[in-house]
Amino acid sequence: MAEQPPDFLAHRDGDSVAVAVRHLQAGPAQGAYLDSPGTLRLTVSSDVPLGHKVALVDIEQGADVIEYGVRVGVASQAISAGDYVHVHNVRSARWHSSVA
Amino acid sequence: MAQQRRLTGYRRENGAVGIRNHTVVIPVDDLSNAAAEAVAANVPGVLALPHAYGRLQFGPDLDLTFRTLIGTGRNPNVASAIVIGIEPNWTAHVADGIAATGKRVASFSIEGNGDINTIAAASRAAAAFLQDDSEIAREPVERGEIMMSIKCGESDTTSGLGSCPTTAEAVDRWVDAGGTVLFGETTELTGGEHLIAERCVDDEVRKRFQSLYDAYIDIVERTGANLLGSQPTQGNIAGGLSTIEEKAMGNIAKTGTKPVVGALASAEEPTSGPGLYFMDTSSAAAECITLMAAAGAAIHLFPTGQGNVIGHPIEPVIKLTANPHTAATMTEHIDLDVSGLLRREYDLTSAGDQLMTVIDRTVNGRLTGAEVMGHREFVLSRLYPSA
Repeated sequence: MAEQPPDFLAHRDGDSVAVAVRHLQAGPAQGAYLDSPGTLRLTVSSDVPLGHKVALVDIEQGADVIEYGVRVGVASQAISAGDYVHVHNVRSARWHSSVA
Repeated sequence: MAQQRRLTGYRRENGAVGIRNHTVVIPVDDLSNAAAEAVAANVPGVLALPHAYGRLQFGPDLDLTFRTLIGTGRNPNVASAIVIGIEPNWTAHVADGIAATGKRVASFSIEGNGDINTIAAASRAAAAFLQDDSEIAREPVERGEIMMSIKCGESDTTSGLGSCPTTAEAVDRWVDAGGTVLFGETTELTGGEHLIAERCVDDEVRKRFQSLYDAYIDIVERTGANLLGSQPTQGNIAGGLSTIEEKAMGNIAKTGTKPVVGALASAEEPTSGPGLYFMDTSSAAAECITLMAAAGAAIHLFPTGQGNVIGHPIEPVIKLTANPHTAATMTEHIDLDVSGLLRREYDLTSAGDQLMTVIDRTVNGRLTGAEVMGHREFVLSRLYPSA
């Protein structure tokens, strides 16, 4: 299929995060959508382990984090495109009382 | 579409179709584990199913234990069953529930006999059953006659990208072939429960699904806790999953696209025709699969990310992963590596074809990694403490 394996994959067009499909180092990276053609380009701001997420767009503190086309959490701090996204800057929208 | 392969299995007295031919010894209670295991030691080839409970339970919790023990014996992967309990009443209740399928059941109680006499009598019955069961031949069966269950574990983001959508391919094909598929993991739907509700075939099923979901979440929230300490798990977080909603989307991704035709209580046999069913279950792998096997599921698909090693004594568990590290480091546990999806070496249809091949070979008798490694996790779910 693809000529070059992608660095990261996004589930849907419009998602605000994508998943690293190999260990990414800071710097330029290219990705693809699972459900549509087209290539994504991004400058990753720090290392992102395989299977961990990278922001595709800037996300304000308190804003929804979108993956699979749905909200999978809210940003607990401002996130910039290219940032590593995990429990340090996103939390569940469901159980607000948590400190996680 | 994958080519049609010839499938073989064991058609039981009540018409249910199994893919394995076990002679089992089921203890009714914890006290009877020693005798059950002694019978299995005396008669190598019969399978004892020891567990931790069965005394001083009451109400719905006792009903669930009975339903699970009876359902396990009724499962079409079981040819015949020996039931051993401490006293005759509950023992007879479990044995009668299994015997209603028409399969051979012998029951023994320990009070008034002692372990040694019970073990001797039960061993004679087990030896006779095993010998007779060994003559039951495989016969051609249809895909739609084999009940499937699905549940993922040690999920990570590769589950949502690869192993769960591959599972969904098989689920959709199974339902299209007229089969029945069970999914569960009630709390792990959180954040995506509305998506399952929307797929329910009618308001009655939707209402039943919603009430089962709400009741489970109520149990969690009544403790004053939330699930964030345990959902996602430490393994999930290490794999890159950040929230329970994200985990739920991966979980839901494996259920495919078919309508949800029924919402079942734990270990409840589906009775309203073929199709995709939700079952109210814990998301703990051994509890969930034990409940699904007790409802009659004969083959289980288990997508994993970080590498769960779960098996079940009577329901073969097929593991697939899209995590290349897991596929490389845990080869003896992984039945199918679909990490090529992440490198875009093939598409989901092709991954689905690969999974169907593994399923068909497993149906026809090839042992899964979990069977080879001796994983026989059998764990009863409890609703509240014993009296």
